[in-house]
Amino acid sequence: MSGDDVDSGKRRFLVAATTLVGGVGVAFAMVPFVSSMEPSAKARAAGAPVRVDFSKLEPGQMLTVEWRGKPIWLVSRTEAMLKSLRDVDSQLVDPNSEMPQQPAYITGEDRSIKPGLLVVIGICTHLGCSPTFRPDIAPVDLGPGWEGGFFCPCHGSRFDLAGRVYSHMPAPKNLVIPPYHFLSETELVIGEDPKGTA
Amino acid sequence: MGWIDARFPLSSMWNEHLAQYYAPKNFNFWYYFGSLALLVLVMQIITGIWLTMNYKPDAGLAFNSVEYIMRDVNWGWLIRYMHSTGASFFFIVVYLHMFRGLIYGSYRKPRELIWIFGMIIYLALMAEAFMGYLLPWGQMSYWGAQVIINLFGAIPWVGEHIAIWIRGDYVVADATLNRFFAFHVIAVPIVLLMLVVLHILALHEVGSNNPDGIEIKKNKNANGNPKDGIPFHPYYTVKDIVGVIVFLIFFSLVVFFAPEMGGYFLEANNFIPADQLKTPEHIAQLWYFTPFYAMLRAVPSIAGSAFPGVLTMFLAILVMFFMPWLDRGVVKSIRYRGNLYKSAVVLFVISFFILGWLGMEPPSTVKTLIAQVCTVIYFAFFLLMPVYTKMDKTKPVPDRVT
Repeated sequence: MSGDDVDSGKRRFLVAATTLVGGVGVAFAMVPFVSSMEPSAKARAAGAPVRVDFSKLEPGQMLTVEWRGKPIWLVSRTEAMLKSLRDVDSQLVDPNSEMPQQPAYITGEDRSIKPGLLVVIGICTHLGCSPTFRPDIAPVDLGPGWEGGFFCPCHGSRFDLAGRVYSHMPAPKNLVIPPYHFLSETELVIGEDPKGTA
Repeated sequence: MGWIDARFPLSSMWNEHLAQYYAPKNFNFWYYFGSLALLVLVMQIITGIWLTMNYKPDAGLAFNSVEYIMRDVNWGWLIRYMHSTGASFFFIVVYLHMFRGLIYGSYRKPRELIWIFGMIIYLALMAEAFMGYLLPWGQMSYWGAQVIINLFGAIPWVGEHIAIWIRGDYVVADATLNRFFAFHVIAVPIVLLMLVVLHILALHEVGSNNPDGIEIKKNKNANGNPKDGIPFHPYYTVKDIVGVIVFLIFFSLVVFFAPEMGGYFLEANNFIPADQLKTPEHIAQLWYFTPFYAMLRAVPSIAGSAFPGVLTMFLAILVMFFMPWLDRGVVKSIRYRGNLYKSAVVLFVISFFILGWLGMEPPSTVKTLIAQVCTVIYFAFFLLMPVYTKMDKTKPVPDRVT
């Protein structure tokens, strides 16, 4: 234990080796604590895909269901509604849905698998309020140019009947389309991609 | 470093308490338990914080939230078992740490205050464990708490109202659970942390004792450092790391292979949700409370009051505070004490263990008699100490450590 003949090389090695092994130990020990903060089995189960039966949905009507704590809108779109989508292209920020707000298999102007049914997450891309469904044409409060869509009461953002955001709105992006696929003519599953994709 | 040192005494603290803190070079096995107690405290705080992320302190939700942690939260079972095992290991470590103080006379002048801070830590720890045990809201949690709080009701005249005030209700209820949660998670941990700081500061002010009971500061070398001392860092920091590793091996064996420890660490009855209308057949206290519980039960009711038993139990802990003044021996360490003292220690340890066992058992006439005898031995160890430590034939204490 005398201070004269210290093998500093040995000492350096020992300190380094111990620190390394200790560091590995600490890293392993941290794993359970960090992981326990991830969604639990119950949260994952509650976030599981949701089946929806839309057989009772009338044309032009909207149905709201819940998935992962969020409102999901199913809108049965009429021919007139689908036609109006093309009219408003010039007023939109992202008419061709180039921003990644929808799964890869959702393409085109109508932003849906079946044009007649819009499936969209009903949360404004500004700060998270849930907009109101305004299928009515040219109401007093929205002006003569309104061809139907969604209006967010919190800060006034406007979206068309495909959930695409109008220009000069507080909201920057189109409404998000969730993963979904059809089980039959009357049933679909929200939260799961169709087989054979992604 | 200089930038920090100009604004905060970092280097001087490092030197004063670690690199230039000279501790006796003859520390043995018994000297691991202080640092281990600190380790367990840190572990309990960390696992405790993580448990509060998912625990719900509501009488209707608490039990299920613990089951949720055990089954659904990732690694929740591990965090819970670490916390429950940690509680028991805390007491194992603390009892061994206190025993070291006893046999080596670490409580003697000038270290009386370290001992007193330590005793207050012990009290705070018992409170913390007691309140923590209510939180799972199992049958044992509920009825154990009911029994112990009712002890306060035995205090003459004011007892009943004190008990109601502690509970916040006429029986242990949601109000009790909520306040115990607040105390267990915030109040007592803060108090414990402050007490540990005071405990260590008081120790460093005087310097550590050692197995020979010799004051190493009496023999200094040319540099002004004790000849029988070595700087805490790196010698004892490294040695304590070894102690930590060995401890964690035993700790992990329990956590992964026997977290319930046959019903001693996690009692079987606590897997049943609390039922305010049905008491389990056998209410057992946690093992670390059993010696005092046995003493409580050993004292019969006098004049219709259970208060004498309660008083005995509190006095049993209180009497330990006075050890620095009860001990009139000329030597500190048991190594240099005579047979009288050694016999007293042996009797004390045996009676403490017997009391501990008795506290777990359902009472009977014979067991109560044994408990009474052991309680007398326990108190005699302290109350007769001024006599037998003075009479004790001691051996000469060397100048330098052995």
